Amino acid sequence: MKAGSNLEQVLESGVFTVTAELGPPKAADPKVIIDKAGILKDHVDAVNITDNQTAIARMSSAAAARLCIEQGLEPVMQMTCRDRNRLAIQSDILGAAALGVRNLLCLTGDHQSLGNHPQTLGVFDLDSITLIRMVRDMRDGPVFQNGEEITGLAPQLFIGAAANPYADPFPYRALRLAKKVEAGIDFVQTQIVFNVGKFEEFMRQCRELGVSEHCRILAGVAPLKSAGMAKYMKNRVAGMDVPDEIVERMSGAGDAQDEGIQVCVDVIKKVREIEGVAGVHIMAVEWEAAVPEIVKRAGLRE
Amino acid sequence: MTDDCENVLVAGCNTCVAVCLTGGEKEAEQLAQQLRIARRREGIRGKVDTVTVLRQCENEYLDAIAVQVEEADIVLSTACSIGPQGLVFRYPRKRVAPAMNTNMLGYVREHHVWTEYCAACGSCVIAATGGICPVARCAKTLLNGPCGGSRNGRCEISPEVPCVWQEIYDRLAALGDLDSLKRIIGPKKWNLSNSGGPRTMKKEGFEP
Repeated sequence: MKAGSNLEQVLESGVFTVTAELGPPKAADPKVIIDKAGILKDHVDAVNITDNQTAIARMSSAAAARLCIEQGLEPVMQMTCRDRNRLAIQSDILGAAALGVRNLLCLTGDHQSLGNHPQTLGVFDLDSITLIRMVRDMRDGPVFQNGEEITGLAPQLFIGAAANPYADPFPYRALRLAKKVEAGIDFVQTQIVFNVGKFEEFMRQCRELGVSEHCRILAGVAPLKSAGMAKYMKNRVAGMDVPDEIVERMSGAGDAQDEGIQVCVDVIKKVREIEGVAGVHIMAVEWEAAVPEIVKRAGLRE
Repeated sequence: MTDDCENVLVAGCNTCVAVCLTGGEKEAEQLAQQLRIARRREGIRGKVDTVTVLRQCENEYLDAIAVQVEEADIVLSTACSIGPQGLVFRYPRKRVAPAMNTNMLGYVREHHVWTEYCAACGSCVIAATGGICPVARCAKTLLNGPCGGSRNGRCEISPEVPCVWQEIYDRLAALGDLDSLKRIIGPKKWNLSNSGGPRTMKKEGFEP
């Protein structure tokens, strides 16, 4: 075991793993986290705590992660390179580890111009790959990024990253993930899969490169709430690929939310069959209540 | 800015900013003419002169306009921001103001279109990235390939902005050198950029 987190144990046991997402509030109220954790905790193995998601200032992921731990739900703390330099990131990692965080997802982060403070300075001292390398060295060295030894307790973290099979250039996507494996990741969560065919091709390339041997791959999935949301994601959200047939399914549905959950369940059943897929990451943004139903219908907790 | 000044000198710079059609002799004359009209309308007394040098970033050119500078109450420099600072260094008691907002180190990609190509970061990486700079041209200064926001050759910040990592990928693919993308680059030494404090360069063997 590298970090001994629940997520690591479940993934290493070979059980099909389920993670979800919990977005901290744009306020100081701990109750928001407590309530969301309550909805999710009996249905998932761990939950991602987003870090100023889409470049919008929110409660810090470390604080929200600690609140989550207190509710008995294991957090995967997200860390982006957009808002902090290597000093701040290492400091927050030590602090989070001291508070009991055992999983860290290393991201570059959405560009600040997409958020609600577009005039801010984007830091990007590191990128996701050099961040991964730094965290791995803090755990395994154990050394700081400058090579200085961590003489006390080193942060024990199960290290994750994101991968987007729907971004361009497509032939580079599996290679990029291989680069993240070389940098030191233990697991990866992908962008939301709607186009299963393209994801299968991505997974084939990952197997060819040996990626799925060295890191556990969780396929990202999400329930659509309406036909409008399907169209918006198809046309307006960077890095999303929503096939026409799914937009049509959502448009023709009597109960759109129920259909959205069913589309998600169908995707889960398909990706589960793909060699090298170790679990799913359910991104029900501001719709945590959908997660238990998805888990139940997809038969993920039997 | 010049309302309380009787004598205004607009100082043009005839190299980079002239090529950029923003601050050369012609643009300095245009600015002076606009100022004259505006000041006449406001009833401000005095005159607006112009003078243009080859480069405002070198003492010898700035020294050559000492007479015009001494006569003026304020010098408006149409050079990049190095020009007005050079004038301040050379003429410490003179009021100097920039007439230009310096944007970037750009390349004339098309006629009348300039694109940022260099961030003067002090630790050049383009030998490893197909001769294309991701520090200046990627919105996140990524050193290890395109992020998940690259789509159809465009950046996530805007469909108007090309993804430079797509350009780097295409070029390395054409050169048969995609293997260089497998190598992890960085963390970058930002202390060599402006982040490490203002930089001074000396060329050994050229001391006066």
